[in-house]
Amino acid sequence: MPGFDTKMLTKHGGLIALAVLLLINIAITPNFLQLQTLFVNISQVATIAIVAVGMTLVIATAGIDLSVGAVMAVAGALAPLIFLSEFAQAYPTLGLAASIVVPILVALLCGLFNGVLVAYLGVQPIIATLIFFISGRGIAQVLTNGNLQTFSHPGFSYLGTGKILGLPFQGWLVLVIAIVFFYIVNRTMFGRRILAVGGNEKAAKLTGTPVRRVKTGVYVISAGLSGIAGLIVVAINSASDAARIGNLMELDAIASAVVGGTLLMGGKAPIFGAVLGAVIIQLVKYTLLANGVADEVALIAKAGIIVLAVYVQQGRKE
Amino acid sequence: MLDQNTFDLRRYIQGNGQSMGVWLALIVMIAFGALRYDNFAGAYNISSFLNYNSMFIAIALGMCFVIMTGGIDLSVGSVVAFTSVCVAYLSPYGIQVALPGGILAGMAIGSINAFFVIAMRIPPFIATLATMLGAKGGALVISGRQTISVDWGSNFTKFGMNNVGGLLPWSIIVVAILAVMLWIVLEKTSIGRTVEAIGGGEDATRMMGLPVNRAKAFVYILSGGCAGLAGVILASGFGAGQPLEGVGWELSAIASVVVGGTLLTGGLGSVPATVAGALLLGLVFNMLNFENGRGVISISAYWQMVIRGLFLFVVILLQSRVSRVSAKQEA
Repeated sequence: MPGFDTKMLTKHGGLIALAVLLLINIAITPNFLQLQTLFVNISQVATIAIVAVGMTLVIATAGIDLSVGAVMAVAGALAPLIFLSEFAQAYPTLGLAASIVVPILVALLCGLFNGVLVAYLGVQPIIATLIFFISGRGIAQVLTNGNLQTFSHPGFSYLGTGKILGLPFQGWLVLVIAIVFFYIVNRTMFGRRILAVGGNEKAAKLTGTPVRRVKTGVYVISAGLSGIAGLIVVAINSASDAARIGNLMELDAIASAVVGGTLLMGGKAPIFGAVLGAVIIQLVKYTLLANGVADEVALIAKAGIIVLAVYVQQGRKE
Repeated sequence: MLDQNTFDLRRYIQGNGQSMGVWLALIVMIAFGALRYDNFAGAYNISSFLNYNSMFIAIALGMCFVIMTGGIDLSVGSVVAFTSVCVAYLSPYGIQVALPGGILAGMAIGSINAFFVIAMRIPPFIATLATMLGAKGGALVISGRQTISVDWGSNFTKFGMNNVGGLLPWSIIVVAILAVMLWIVLEKTSIGRTVEAIGGGEDATRMMGLPVNRAKAFVYILSGGCAGLAGVILASGFGAGQPLEGVGWELSAIASVVVGGTLLTGGLGSVPATVAGALLLGLVFNMLNFENGRGVISISAYWQMVIRGLFLFVVILLQSRVSRVSAKQEA
C-alpha cells in the first residue's frame, strides 16, 4: 500500500536515510570503516548539530534564523582578536577566558537584536534575521580588515582538537547541549511555552504565555549556540577567516532541523532529531567529498536534498 | 463592494503618503549631493550611476511582485551570476541573441522556483534559498570557476557600455521600459490584481476563483527573468561573466522594495516607489563613494554589506510604524 509506505518513510525517514548513507559509504567510499573517519566526521558534525539545536527551537516557534552563519563569523573573528591582544599576552588565563566569553556575549546580543525585531516590532523572522545574514559577515570582515588570522594557541584550540576518552571534545559538547535542551523542551515551563507559541500563537497569548519573551529567548539561544559553533570552527582550523566561518551554515542547520522532524510551521522541537539530521547532512557532505565530487556540484546536490527533505516533511503534516 | 472601495481608498492615501516620502528623500539627497560634490551632477556620474543601478532596479522590480504575493526570492543574486556567465558564452552572437538568452536563462531558474513553491508547496524562502545554492553551483560549474571574458568583437558590450546622448545608458532605457510595462501589468491587468489579492489573503483569493497558481508562477518567473536581465547588464557592462558576483544583492532588492512601501506581509505594493527605493539605496552608496574620495571617511568593501544591512534595518523600523498605524486605522 503506498499510504503505508509514505507513512513509514516520513516517520522513520531520518533513520532510513542514515542507514542508506552508511551502506552506500561502506560500499563505495575507500577507508570508510576506520576510526579516523569517525573522528573527522564527529569534529565536523559538531558545529552543524549545535547550530541545528538552536535553529530547532526557533523553528518550533514558527520562526527562522538566517543569521546563524554570520553570527558564527562575528564570534569567530572576535576570539583571535582577543587572545592575540596585548592584554591576553600579559594575562594568559584571563585572556583565554575573555576570548571565549566575550564572543559568546556578543553573539547573544546579536540574538537579542533579532529577537526584539521579531517579538516586539513584529518584523517577519526571515527579514529580521536577513539583516545580520549579510551585515554580520560584513561586521566580522570589518573587525579583521578581511585578513586571515592564523594562530597557535593550544589552550583555545582545545575547543576544536581536544579529546575526552578518545573522542573529540566537541562531540561531547554536542551531547551535553542536546541533553540540556531536550530537558528544557520536555520538562520545563519555558520549553512548553516554546511549543505553545509555535502551535498556536493566539491561543498561547490568551492563556497567558509571555509570547514576546519566549520568542526573544529562542533567538538569543540560537545566536548563543551559533557563537559557540563559531569558536569551534576557528579552534579546529587554528585560523579565522571571516569570509568563510559558518558560510551557508543557515542552510545546513535548517536542513538538519527539517530532516530531524521539525515542522516549519512550528509546534515541534525534536532536539535529538536535529542532531540526527546534522549527522545525515554531514555524511552527505563527506560522501560527496570523499568520492571526489567537486564543491560546486556538491552545492547543487545539497540544494536538492534540502528541497526533498522539506517536501517529505510537507507530506507528514497532511 | 463597499469593502473593495474602502480598501482602495486606504491604499491610495497610504501608498501615496509613503511613496511621496521616498521621492522626497530622493530629491533631498540629490540636491544635497549636487551642492556638496563637484562632479555629482556631471554627465559621467549620472550615466555610470544609472548604468550600475539599472541592475538593482531590475531585480527590485521582480522582487516587488514576489513580495506582493507574500513570498520572497532569495535566489536573485545567484541568478545574476549564473546568467552573466551564460551570456558571456552567448556574446559572440551579439546582444540580439544574448539579451533574450540571458532573460530566458533567468526565467528557467524562476520556473524551478515556481515549481518548488506551487507544485511541491515548499515555503518560498527555503525553495529560493535552495535555488540560490543551485544557481551558484551551476554558475561555477559552467564557468569552471573562472571569470568568463565576453567577445569584444560583437555588439554585445555596447549594451552595457554605450549611452544615448552621452547621458542615458542603454541598460537604464531597457529597465525603464520594463518598469513601465510592469506598472501597467500591476495596475491594469487581471494578473496584476490577482497578485495583489494573493498578498491580502491567499485562501480567500483562491475561493474567489482567481488563478492563484498562475499568478504565483508569473511572479517567480518574472523575478528570474529580471535577474537574468541584470545578469546581461553585468556581463555586458563589465565585459565578463562573473560567477562569484551577486552576493547580497537579494538584500538590496528587498530593501529597495520595502523602502518603496511594499509591505513585506504582501498585498500593498507600488512599482514606481520600488524604482525610487532602488535609486535611493544606490544614491547612499554613490554619496559614500564621494565622501570616500574627499577623504572624509574611508569605507572598505566590507562596509558595503554592513551599510546594506543598516539601510534595511532603518527601513524596517519605519515600516513597522507604518503598518502599525494602518492596523490602528483598520481597528
